[in-house]
Order: sequence, then structure tokens, then C-alpha cells
Amino acid sequence: MEKTVNHKAWFLVLPVLVLVAFSAVIPLMTVVNYAFQDTFGNNVFFWNGLGWFEDLLASERMWNALGRQLVFSGTILAIEIPLGVFVALNMPKRGVWASVVLVLMSLPLLIPWNVVGTIWQIFGRVDIGLLGYTLDSMGIRYNYTQNPVHAWVTVIVMDVWHWTSLVALLAYAGLQSIPDAYYQAARIDQASRWKVFRYIELPKMAGVLMIAVLLRFMDSFMIYTEPFVVTGGGPGNATTFLSIDLVKMALGQFDLGPAAAFSLMYFLVILLISWVFYTVMTNLDKRGG
Amino acid sequence: MAEITLENLAHSYLPRPARPEDFALKELNHVWQDGAAYALLGASGCGKSTLLNIISGLLIPSQGRILFDGQDVTTAPTAERNIAQVFQFPVVYDTMTVRDNLAFPLRNRGRPEAYVAERVNQIAAMIGMEHMLDRKARGLTADAKQKISLGRGMVRKDVNALLFDEPLTVIDPHMKWELRTQLKKLHHDFGHTMIYVTHDQTEALTFADKVVVMHDGRVVQIGTPEELFDRPAHTFVGYFIGSPGMNLLPAEVSGREARVPGGVTPLAAFYPALSGKVQLGVRPEHLRLSETEGLSVTIRRIEDVGRHRIVRAELEGHDLNIIAPEDQVIGAGMTRVVLDPARVNIYADDWRVDAA
Repeated sequence: MEKTVNHKAWFLVLPVLVLVAFSAVIPLMTVVNYAFQDTFGNNVFFWNGLGWFEDLLASERMWNALGRQLVFSGTILAIEIPLGVFVALNMPKRGVWASVVLVLMSLPLLIPWNVVGTIWQIFGRVDIGLLGYTLDSMGIRYNYTQNPVHAWVTVIVMDVWHWTSLVALLAYAGLQSIPDAYYQAARIDQASRWKVFRYIELPKMAGVLMIAVLLRFMDSFMIYTEPFVVTGGGPGNATTFLSIDLVKMALGQFDLGPAAAFSLMYFLVILLISWVFYTVMTNLDKRGG
Repeated sequence: MAEITLENLAHSYLPRPARPEDFALKELNHVWQDGAAYALLGASGCGKSTLLNIISGLLIPSQGRILFDGQDVTTAPTAERNIAQVFQFPVVYDTMTVRDNLAFPLRNRGRPEAYVAERVNQIAAMIGMEHMLDRKARGLTADAKQKISLGRGMVRKDVNALLFDEPLTVIDPHMKWELRTQLKKLHHDFGHTMIYVTHDQTEALTFADKVVVMHDGRVVQIGTPEELFDRPAHTFVGYFIGSPGMNLLPAEVSGREARVPGGVTPLAAFYPALSGKVQLGVRPEHLRLSETEGLSVTIRRIEDVGRHRIVRAELEGHDLNIIAPEDQVIGAGMTRVVLDPARVNIYADDWRVDAA
């Protein structure tokens, strides 16, 4: 078929272009704009080239925040993925209890993030919090506002409490899709519990688990609200993760140029890691299928 | 290998079964002889798979006992029974190679690797998969996956029994014949007790020495293919086996005669007085069209199926199928049908009655 050339058709895409421009392109470009310029006030800007990026890459503060961020994401993944799978394996498969457990499991997921932060902030307090008070009366000098280790433990336990359900629910969905015949065949073949997990359950869960890892990684890598409410990034900078550091830089110090450069690199890192995940996932699928 | 005895066995999926309808498998006594090949035939949902799963130990029966060579194994786990079972839908371990799949049951039992390799190669040759032993099982066709399942079932030499739960449902027709022949050969060579569940009568009749017909949770007849064809013990067997199945007509039987709709037909033997729902059963193969003798019927249509023709007729509102030889000329005047008295069976309340 011959293509009809009609340039008026471009007008039809215009609304979408305008919408995307205002919602994404222009805000992003202002950030890009700040990232390459400097100002000494009076709304006068100077071209700064890659200056901010060079500063940033040389900044110990940024590397420390990135390090903390990676340790945090790595730790919660290492806890939440196996724990979620373990919970899913032990959830009832059918009946009334299956529904009850599903509802209970989804409750933490429905709580707004700042509320989760507030809950744990109070929960951990030595004077009025149940957890803090109990630990204190057991003789453990627990204080997340002064002891960095305690702050870390609190933030990690809070994230595990908030998000393990998501992993468990995804894994549960994967498990529910396994026909009974697989388990029966495994019994006939005299497979041990471990082999049933290794050769039947894990392969069937692999797809959803990759999604769970990706979701939890992205979310935890961008985490802000909960640790901010509980520790405010402290004590000192002990729980200052990337986004907390970024907000301090952008809004606390009003260093828009470095903050913009920081944002762009932050964005690129997430994009890069997600892309790696995606490639690994599709390769796994291809290798099998 | 073992002789498997079922004693007063019954099963219900309900926690407290009360009425007979609650039982998926109604009370049953049977001995599966050591080394025989059985087919378990019945419509879908008649309790065949339940019975199979009880024998393999995947289900614990609600009542009764199972004995292997006289030893009670009713509550013994599957592993202790040393049974192989192949399921309707292929079960393969996706992440393993075909070789590892076949070796899995042997390795789980701690067999030496040399023995495992030897057996895997034999089985691979049998199912025709030697060339793909090192492929991952994921992504194979349903045919190939089911062949692996069959192979895994057959890889152990010392099993007490081999159970097949409609294993060829997903297999291509030409492959079905080949695999069934392989199974028969396997049975011939090793003499395992085999129980083969199917709803396909051809499959049952060609595979087995003895066919066990189940209907509505009950075993209605156990017999050789000939017995099932000539003397169906239950109207269901008559209807289910044969193509088309047995004709059933309401009848009043007195002595050597049966009164059916449209007339009286002679019987080969003397019958006692019968009560309840009395029916006369006669296979389409044992009816003959005639111009002059027999019962008057209306012929609806004639289907030519190649080796013979099936005449669809009606006798006073009752359907009647007649098989006419391919070479017989069916004239316009042939509107009467003659029953072969020697091949007629009489049923009271669906169960076959012996002549006095």
C-alpha cells in the first residue's frame, strides 16, 4: 500500500506531546539545566560544564551515601527474599485460612509509608514504645537515636516488616500455579523435601521472584520516607541514604546545581541496575524456553 | 513385584461420609495378581484415579486395607511401597536435563552412578530420546515430556507395580500405538504388575490381560476383553464397550421368551421370574436385518464406517443400532430385525441375570 503523505497528521500527536512535555520533559530538563550551570544569585547563571559531576564523583559524602544505600538494599533483599519464600511455603494452600492469611499479609502493604515510619518511631522509643521499653527492661540499652547500629537494625527490621509480605504474596502466587501432579510425581520419585523445593517449587517461582527482587531493589534504593521519619538520617549520617542526602543537599542547603547532578546520576544508576536485571531475566527465560 | 490385595476398600473425599453417594470409591474387594497387566476402564470421574492414588499411597483410603504380598501397607507412604506412577499430564523437572530427569528416581534411592547411567541409556533407547539426553527438559513438546515421564516411571527395575493414569492422552495418535507397544513389550520382558487407567476402550482392550470396568465409584466387571464383549455384567459395560454400545430394550421375561416393544423374541435358555427393571441387551453385531421375520422397525439412517455399516433404527420409540456387513444389500423392504437368541443378555436392575 502507498503511504499517503499528509503533514497535518502531526497536529494529532500534538496534545500528547504537550502533555508529556509538561509532565516529564520540561521538569527533567530543568534539572539537567541546573546540573550544568552555577549561579551567584540574582538569577544569573553561568555555564559550569561537567563541574558538578566532577565534584560529585570526588565527594566522599556521596560515595558514603551510595555505600550505605547499597548495604541497605543488599541487606533487606537478603532477608526479605528468603523470608518471603519461607512464609509463602508455609501459608495454607486452600480453605478459609488461606483467605485469612492473605488478608493479614496484605495489611502492612496498605499502610502509608510515613505512618509506617511513625509507628516504628514510637514503637522503638524507650520511654513510651512497646519495643524500646521491653528491650530496656530486659537490660538491653537500645537507643536508635544515638547508637548507629541500633538505628540500622530498626530501619532494616521496619522495612522487613513492611515489605516481606509483598515477596511472600508473589511467591505464593507462583506456588499456587504448580499442579498437584508435580508433588505426587515427586513422592513417587522419592524426592526429598529439599529436592521438591529445588527442582519443582523454585523453578516455578523463579519468574515472580525476579520481579520481587527488582521491585524491592528499586523501592529500597529510592527509600526516603520511613528512615527519614524514624531517624532523620542519623545518628550523625549513619542512616543517610541517597535520597535523604539528596533532599538535604537540594532543600536543606539549597545547592541546586550539585543536587541536580546528583539526581541525574541517581536516576542513571537505577536505570542501569534495572536494565541489568531485565536483561538477566529475559536471558533466563530464553535459555530455558 | 507383588500381588496387591484390596480389602473392603472405600474412599470418600468428605470428612464424614454418610450416604453411598458421598463415596468417590465404593466398597471394593479385589486381588491384582502378580505380574498381570490390567486396564482400569471407565468414564471420567468414576473413581479410577482415586483407586490408583490409593494403591500408590498418594491417598489414604477412608476404610479398608491394601496388602502387598500379604503385608499391610494401607498407611505406608508412597516411598515405602516402591511403586512407579505416570500421570495424565506430563511432569518433568524443567531445570534438569532429560538425562537427569530419567536418573532422578534412581539417584534419590542412592543407586551407584554406573548403574544409573546404564539404566538411563536403556530407557532413553526405549522411548527414543537418546539424541536429546543432554537437553534441558524445559521447552520440549508435550509428547517428549510425556515420554520422559513414562521413562521415569520405567527406569526402576524392582518396582512392585507400574501404574499409568491415562498416560497417552496428550500423545499424538501414531505415537500412542508405538508407546503402547513399548509398554506391552516392557510388561512381557520384565513381568511387572501393571495397572493402566484409561477411558479409551481400544486402549484398554489392546493393553490388558484383564479389564476392570468402573462405573460411578464401583467396579462393575472384571474380565477378559471377550468376556466384557459377550457377557457384560452390567448395562454400563454393555453400553461403554463396543462401538456403538449394546442395545437395551425394556422387556418382560417369562421362561424362554422375552416380550419387548413390538413383539416377542425367543431366548436361548430358561429364565426364572424376574422383578425390578428388566431389560434385554443385545449388541448391534448380533442383530440381523430381514424382510420377513423378526420385529418391525423404522430405519432412520445408515452410516458406512468402512469395514461395516451401522444402521440406526427405531423400535417403538427405542433407539436400536444394527451392524450390517459391508457386502449385504439393504433393500427397501428390510424393515424387520432378528435377534440372535444365543447372544442375548437379560438384565434386572442393570445387573446381568444368569439363565436358570
